[in-house]
Amino acid sequence: MSMFKLSFRNMLNRPLNTVLSLVLFTLGVGMISLLLHVQNRIQQQMDNNLQGIDMVVGAKGSPLQLILSAVYQIDAPTGNIPLEEANKLRQNWLVQKAIPLSYGDNYKGFRIVGTNEQYPQLYNAKVETGRLWTASFDVTIGAGVAEKLHLKVGDTFTEVHGLVDGGEEHKEHAYKVAGIFNRTHSVLDQLILTATESVWEIHEHHHHEHENEHDEVEEKHHEEKEITALLIQFRNPMGMVQLPRMINKNTNLQAAVPAFEVDRLYNIMGVGIDLLTTIAYTIIAVSGVSVFISLYSSLKARQTEMAFMRAYGATRWQLVSVVLWEGILLALIGFLFGVAFSRVGLMLLSSWAETGYHYSFTGVPWINGEWWLLLIAMLIGGLAAVLPAVHAFRINISKTLADA
Amino acid sequence: MLKTQSLMFQYSEANQFRFPDIELSEGEDLLIMGESGVGKTTLLHLIAGLLKPQSGSVELAGVRLHEFSIAERDRFRGRRMGLVFQQPHFVQALSLKENLALVQYLAGEKPNSSRIREVLNRLGIEHKMNEKPNRLSIGEQQRASIALAVINNPDVILADEPTSSLDDKNCNKVVNLLKQQALSSNAQLIVITHDNRLKPHFQNKLQL
Repeated sequence: MSMFKLSFRNMLNRPLNTVLSLVLFTLGVGMISLLLHVQNRIQQQMDNNLQGIDMVVGAKGSPLQLILSAVYQIDAPTGNIPLEEANKLRQNWLVQKAIPLSYGDNYKGFRIVGTNEQYPQLYNAKVETGRLWTASFDVTIGAGVAEKLHLKVGDTFTEVHGLVDGGEEHKEHAYKVAGIFNRTHSVLDQLILTATESVWEIHEHHHHEHENEHDEVEEKHHEEKEITALLIQFRNPMGMVQLPRMINKNTNLQAAVPAFEVDRLYNIMGVGIDLLTTIAYTIIAVSGVSVFISLYSSLKARQTEMAFMRAYGATRWQLVSVVLWEGILLALIGFLFGVAFSRVGLMLLSSWAETGYHYSFTGVPWINGEWWLLLIAMLIGGLAAVLPAVHAFRINISKTLADA
Repeated sequence: MLKTQSLMFQYSEANQFRFPDIELSEGEDLLIMGESGVGKTTLLHLIAGLLKPQSGSVELAGVRLHEFSIAERDRFRGRRMGLVFQQPHFVQALSLKENLALVQYLAGEKPNSSRIREVLNRLGIEHKMNEKPNRLSIGEQQRASIALAVINNPDVILADEPTSSLDDKNCNKVVNLLKQQALSSNAQLIVITHDNRLKPHFQNKLQL
């Protein structure tokens, strides 16, 4: 029956106080740990997906929307741009690489993107089984898509018009899976890639079909070929200085620099995250107060018990250790519950993000920041116990026993 | 053997006690009688080392108790003395058995459950071993507190008013138990009380 074990038993002997302190610790620690993980993973995903994209060119609209749609594949695109203009831009000497992206369709919620072989190269993706698309209507799919939809090389499927599931199917044209990429932990895992031409072709057919109904509107679309966006890598830093300004001023296109937009996004999110973090730390502080009150009030009742222990040979420091251990134990158990709570939260969040945005949240099991969190929790638990411990140290045994 | 010499303790100028010297040889018990207010509990606490006297000394088993540091005194008391209070005290979070194990631990002994069983058996409360102290009856609590006092085989058992809240029948029982336990643990028994019913049970008496 060591002092540590006694602390534990004392804790169990006051179930209501203990539960209150633990709930508060769990909430505070869980929230902070969850925020740390979400922040860490968003940042990681953002950086991972940015891979060498210096600038994105697309239709006029919100620059953040352009970045989100073209780089992170979450928002709707701002519109389409004429291929001709895009090609002109490709010839600019400051442009090293210009990767076209064409949207329009999805299959069971996964975006079908028309592009060229440079796009998977951007994410260092290798074809794991099968091959890259060659003919039109060949697709090469991301590892996440293959896993979720149980697609194998050689399977066929018909797409659905629009970027979200549930639109109209292009029945007469089936895509055929030519290959599957390895897992890259980037957006590519959640995409179906095909040749730009396939996207054009399927929509030409689509338009023909509806020609009688919307004659005039459709007519215009036939005239020129369009793509949705261009991902651009500069040849040298001069590109960053000149190109975005030039494009935004002189053309009908919009140029957006992901680094700026992502920074802006972090700033917007940062306010929310800061607020939540402040709330969470406040909760941890309150849990410290709860530990303090719990220890102090029980100490009054246990004063005789402590004097009794002294009478049976306990030293003053042993009594101090009983009280300190109680505070630290509460903090430690609260911390463990909090971490478990955050993991469950992450799992829920991850499954939600995966169905809603095709973003996977899996990754780091432990963040260094959590060591700090552990230290902070233990310090608060220990600090809350200091005053009660001093009280225990100072108990006048003779008087307490004589009065009891 | 126990020896006290010119013990003096004062709570304040007006409230000071001088105690007669006590000398007990091996195997001798002692009953200390006195009305309330004459410093009976003070004397017991001085002997137990719970209080430090202004002057004088307590000698037990060849050591002068008050030359020790506080922590050394706590340990010495844990190993060599067993205390019985008027109101039994326990650690409420622990079962009876665990309370005894705690007292063993505090005296620096290894947990010894056969010793615990033996003591509880002798006191007739072995079957209550796993109960929390507050689930025991008053009589059982009294026995349990005797168990706590004898568990470490002390040299001396100090009892402070162990019978004053008991009726005649239980009073006799407790005194007999105390004497019996002291004997089988080979300890000297010192009882402090104002309870005249105890007089016939002791040969050695000291009136304060």
